[in-house]
Amino acid sequence: MQSDESKQVIDFRDDYPRWKDEYKSEYKILIPDMLPWHFAIIEQLLKLEGYDVEILKNDTRAVIDEGLKHVHNDTCYPCLCVVGQYIDALKSGKYDVNRTAVMISQSGGGCRASNYVPLIRKALKAQFPNVPVISLNFSGLEKDSSFKIGLKLLLKLAFAIFYGDSIMWCYNQTRPYEAVNGAADAARKQAMDEVIAAYKGGNYKNYKKINARIISIFASVERVNVKKVKVGVVGEIYVKYSYLGNNHLEEFLLSEDCEPVVPALMDFVLYCIVNNINDSNLYGKKGVFYTANRLLYRVLYGMQKKIIAQFKREGTFEPIHDFEHLRRCADKVINQGVKMGEGWLIPAEMAALAETGTENIVCAQPFGCLPNHIAGKGVIRTLKNMYSHENIVAVDYDPSATKVNQENRIKLMIATAREHLGGE
Amino acid sequence: MSNLLGIDVGSTTVKVVAIDEKLNILYKSYVRHFARVKETVLAELNKVNMLYPGDYSVSVTGSAGLGLSQRSGLNFVQEVQAAFIAIRRYYPSADAAVELGGEDAKIIFITGGTEQRMNGSCAGGTGAFIDQMATLLNVSAEEMDKLALNAHKIYPIASRCGVFAKSDIQPLINQGAAKEDIAASIFQSVVDQTVSGLAQGRRIKGNVLFLGGPLHFLKGLQLAFKNTLGLGDGAIFPEDAPCFMAIGAALNSSSEKPLPLEDVIKKISDVRESDDIVTGEPLFSSREEYAEFVARHRATNLNFCDIATYSGDAYLGVDSGSTTTKLILITPDCRILYSHYQSNNGQPLDIVVEKLKEIYALTGGRVKIRGSAVTGYGEDLIRAAIKADFGIVETVAHFKAALHFNPKVDFIIDIGGQDIKCFKIKNGAIDSIMLNEACSSGCGSFIQTFAKAMGMEIDKFSQEGLFAKHPVELGSRCTVFMNSSVKQAQKEGASIADISAGLSSSIVKNAIYKVIRAASADELGQNIVVQGGTFLNDAVLRSFEKETGKQVIRPGIAGLMGAFGAALYAMENISGESTVLSEDMLKNFTYKSLSANCRRCTSNCNINVITFGDGSKYISGNKCERGAGLKPASDELDIYAYKQQRLLQCVKGENKTSPAARVGLPLQLGMYEQLPIWAGFFESLGFEVVLSEKSSRQLYFKGQHTVASDTVCYPAKLIHGHIESLLDAGVDFIFMPCESYNLDERDSLNHYNCPVVAYYPESLKANNERLNDKNFIMPYLDLNQTANTVKKLYALFKGYGVSKKQVAAALAEGFARLDSYHADVRARGEYILNRARGLGKQSVILAGRPYHLDNEINHGINKLLTSLGMAVLSEDSVFELGNYVKVNVLNQWTYHARLYRAAEFASRTDDVNLVQLVSFGCGIDAITADQVCAILERTGKLYTQIKIDEINNLGVVKIRLRSMLAAIEESKRKEERDAKR
Repeated sequence: MQSDESKQVIDFRDDYPRWKDEYKSEYKILIPDMLPWHFAIIEQLLKLEGYDVEILKNDTRAVIDEGLKHVHNDTCYPCLCVVGQYIDALKSGKYDVNRTAVMISQSGGGCRASNYVPLIRKALKAQFPNVPVISLNFSGLEKDSSFKIGLKLLLKLAFAIFYGDSIMWCYNQTRPYEAVNGAADAARKQAMDEVIAAYKGGNYKNYKKINARIISIFASVERVNVKKVKVGVVGEIYVKYSYLGNNHLEEFLLSEDCEPVVPALMDFVLYCIVNNINDSNLYGKKGVFYTANRLLYRVLYGMQKKIIAQFKREGTFEPIHDFEHLRRCADKVINQGVKMGEGWLIPAEMAALAETGTENIVCAQPFGCLPNHIAGKGVIRTLKNMYSHENIVAVDYDPSATKVNQENRIKLMIATAREHLGGE
Repeated sequence: MSNLLGIDVGSTTVKVVAIDEKLNILYKSYVRHFARVKETVLAELNKVNMLYPGDYSVSVTGSAGLGLSQRSGLNFVQEVQAAFIAIRRYYPSADAAVELGGEDAKIIFITGGTEQRMNGSCAGGTGAFIDQMATLLNVSAEEMDKLALNAHKIYPIASRCGVFAKSDIQPLINQGAAKEDIAASIFQSVVDQTVSGLAQGRRIKGNVLFLGGPLHFLKGLQLAFKNTLGLGDGAIFPEDAPCFMAIGAALNSSSEKPLPLEDVIKKISDVRESDDIVTGEPLFSSREEYAEFVARHRATNLNFCDIATYSGDAYLGVDSGSTTTKLILITPDCRILYSHYQSNNGQPLDIVVEKLKEIYALTGGRVKIRGSAVTGYGEDLIRAAIKADFGIVETVAHFKAALHFNPKVDFIIDIGGQDIKCFKIKNGAIDSIMLNEACSSGCGSFIQTFAKAMGMEIDKFSQEGLFAKHPVELGSRCTVFMNSSVKQAQKEGASIADISAGLSSSIVKNAIYKVIRAASADELGQNIVVQGGTFLNDAVLRSFEKETGKQVIRPGIAGLMGAFGAALYAMENISGESTVLSEDMLKNFTYKSLSANCRRCTSNCNINVITFGDGSKYISGNKCERGAGLKPASDELDIYAYKQQRLLQCVKGENKTSPAARVGLPLQLGMYEQLPIWAGFFESLGFEVVLSEKSSRQLYFKGQHTVASDTVCYPAKLIHGHIESLLDAGVDFIFMPCESYNLDERDSLNHYNCPVVAYYPESLKANNERLNDKNFIMPYLDLNQTANTVKKLYALFKGYGVSKKQVAAALAEGFARLDSYHADVRARGEYILNRARGLGKQSVILAGRPYHLDNEINHGINKLLTSLGMAVLSEDSVFELGNYVKVNVLNQWTYHARLYRAAEFASRTDDVNLVQLVSFGCGIDAITADQVCAILERTGKLYTQIKIDEINNLGVVKIRLRSMLAAIEESKRKEERDAKR
């Protein structure tokens, strides 16, 4: 890459343990939780692949304290949570620290989140020098420590995300309206069992059948006919989904008698893929990489369309977002060139939610999140002009931001929403 | 319908309102609760019950009311909602309402689209902020209000967070600005914060209600709002403003089932403490343990010597700190003759003069002051006033003092009222210095403010914490966050003792993990000396020992260490007669303070001129020497001065007579690098290039109302003003491209811009109603893809009759101008480097981003450096002298890659040092800073980081830079010593 030949290359890197795929039979791999149901499926499918993985569920103040100690003050909150979970777990004595690795995804985008891998390495270095950090990325980064992923495994993961999305989506539309307490939870358990059985039985690929089952399991839960305030959750990917990151936001909304509307994880995956296609469209970049992305997008989007059709046919639930529709929504607010972090996906989801009757939105972001200055807080005014009833509250998450402050602001939004609901 | 009752429990006050069936107000009250929420509410309810017994429908509101309602089962209504209900009932014609509470600020827009807003988590501009500032001025909020009404001028003060405002106010106090003016400036800053932080572009107009305690009681604040918003008769200050939310809550409860008031009282008194607060271990398990601790620390102190009988030589040290003034007089064998420690109460100079008089009176001519030195924030002023022999930087003073108590000391931590200073000592010299940044303060004055808020003296408050059973975990970030953690703890029913102990431990954790950023306590060192007034607080000291697991030395004069170090310095370095004012000269000492605007350059600094009785003057507040009437240091060795001039030359001023159109280029963010490209491009095509106004605080205020995110970096906030200035200049359109990718300089894995630089035009356009598709052109470009860029630019500008070929040629001209600009900057860099070397001067790479060139962003730090005798380079002028680097972090941003190479160059060049400028809120520099530091430390170079924001307080920066200089000189001396050996 260097152009000036008179100059040397000086290596300032510290040594770190590498990850090799052949370690998989001996190592335990720790993965921080983000979406409990999605990740439970992924945990199972990776186990079937021969990886001894464990999703970290530790969720105490000690986790945050460890994060605070080991991560730079100004680094974003998700990094702090993740590092905190790793260190808290590794310290617990439950794992052989010479035979344990940790895994994290890495996007390679222009947001500092791409730097989590080196930050985690640095945090682990002193106390756990033999714990490799595995990077799950699709941009050719960290070649000596990345998770080897073939097409087959990639598809398995994609299916898992679709299934997880449907379960989360149906659950959130069922739980606030269940006639019998606990019925939605029971339905979720049944759906999870069936999905995991499908992976074990090798017929996970039959996504139409499996997805139809998920919908029908939830649809068969007896419902009461009441109107509830719907609250959409958008924002930075980690604090949007992770209960550790967002102080159990979904549970809080349910306890406030609202229906949480949490958009699908697959939309974020498609967003990442489309960004590569957009790069080629916007800047005239060409190459096999862009062709591959186009192909992958076509496959996944095709599946999403079929799943949406199933939702519509069945009729009980509002279908998941159509990704092409999301792109059109984005175009009304911001350019799809805004591709760092969650970029244009945030305004796209805010607009799409408003169009489908979810006018109350929590935009969750880590304190000081760079892309969200623009794609989160920066677009609220535009959206308010487009949808006059849209009621958006931007909530910052941070190790020291208190729950009472966050909840008070969300409560204000809900109070306003109730008034609108009453007025209708 | 029955009687109605509303209970509003805020962060500092309880408001109770009882209303009868005909909606007449029977009872209303507004009382501070001092964290005793339950007791205060019950006392109020008992009063209501005595006067108006019966059945009531009850609602609770307020931030601290949430917990109370949850546990008592009473109805809760969100406080903004409550206000809204009351407004509709009593003021149906209101267009908007502004409510300031203890720690919240809210705006309700009623007409033209209802909207309710609350401040985010950075909670400046609230009642607590005003209280904190009043404490700083050492007056009550009411007294501050009276002062404000007599103000003559307004100083700019940051209000988005109490910590920032303090950094603005402290120097004003130290410089002797009139309290009246400071008070009014504080109120003005609250108004600015409300307008920018809350309204964010939406105008507050028409009939506006002002609610909440502060807006009711403080006339000065009312006036500031009225004038700023231009409301005239539209401003309404209801009589019930303080308890308006309680009234709303009462109205809201009309649908609740009425209960006998006794039952309500019972429900509330049955509320139990909950278990959800996280608590730590007690500080001391027993009184005996405490006694042992006290005895151990009592052992380290200086001896005293009776000033009334001593005759002989003495040395004077003065530490003029940000909140306190310390004096010490010692004998040549280091016994204390006299010492004094006092809050500044506004004017430190008066204290020093008075105490010096006292010293002369006490010694009755028997003692001769042989030498004197001053250190601390007020060093320059005090030194000029009392004609002290030396002025030394604080870090050096503290180090000197610590050495006296433990010659093996390897770590010193000093927690004062406003700042935390830590330094590591290696080989007898200061090796690294860590000072708290504006956002991670959590220092002594915070506990003091808190004690006051609880209605207690600081001593008693911290004493309470010593034996707390369950100290609360309060987090360890900035004071504002701690405030809300305390609020939460109060809500959960934590006792004052638990909160006090929790605060002590927060301060310690903040220092260890945030300022020092130690991964473990072992990193600190083996021989730790702790000092600073805050460590006189046993609870803080104990927390520190507990957290580090080490026994440390706290000298008995912990609060006087700076002054003691100064005295020692004077003793070691004096030669000849001391110049300090004699008793006679002191008798006639007078001074006059006057604030003025320096008009010697365009910066228009607010300066303060103190004229002493003998006619000599001391000037402060000036950013450069010109303000002090001196000749400024030459620009010759300052690349920032060169670049500022050279960059503007990239606009040649072509096509002024009949331009194809007038295009505005905002000189901020990415344009600080790409101006040559776009100036060349547009001028080649026959356009006139108009640059935005020069950055200034005023320009920032001009665009402040369109800033959507209050936590974005200052350069981004500033550009809003640049846009306004271009619109006012009447340009045909403003051009500012969005670029995910910067130019590929081929020394990093990728070549991104940071998200803010890349996409900020989106935020500008979305939040400024004056911008539209026609007057704001923001194409998405990747300048590495020339063909594509030409195609896009052609599509944009072909309407002006230019051909594609012309567009391509114009772009090429742009790049040619960029190349020549780069080449000139690099040549100048080499020139400065060599020239400085020839003169035997040290050079400093003031490394940041291209936009740190802006004087409003760098606050003239380059000039400060030249005035300290250093040559100034920039990262872009030297990075090509550096080798390529492989680094731990993902090296994928163009500007940041330059930092690493510049650091590599500094790491192996003796007379070149590096100071990194970091904009507050720059998330990416959280990553680069550690890496740059690692590169420098590999060869034992000192890493210095300066965080910059809208605050304009060079005092702290100066300490840092002078400490760095002192350390460089010390290590040079050491090398020389080693060489001789």
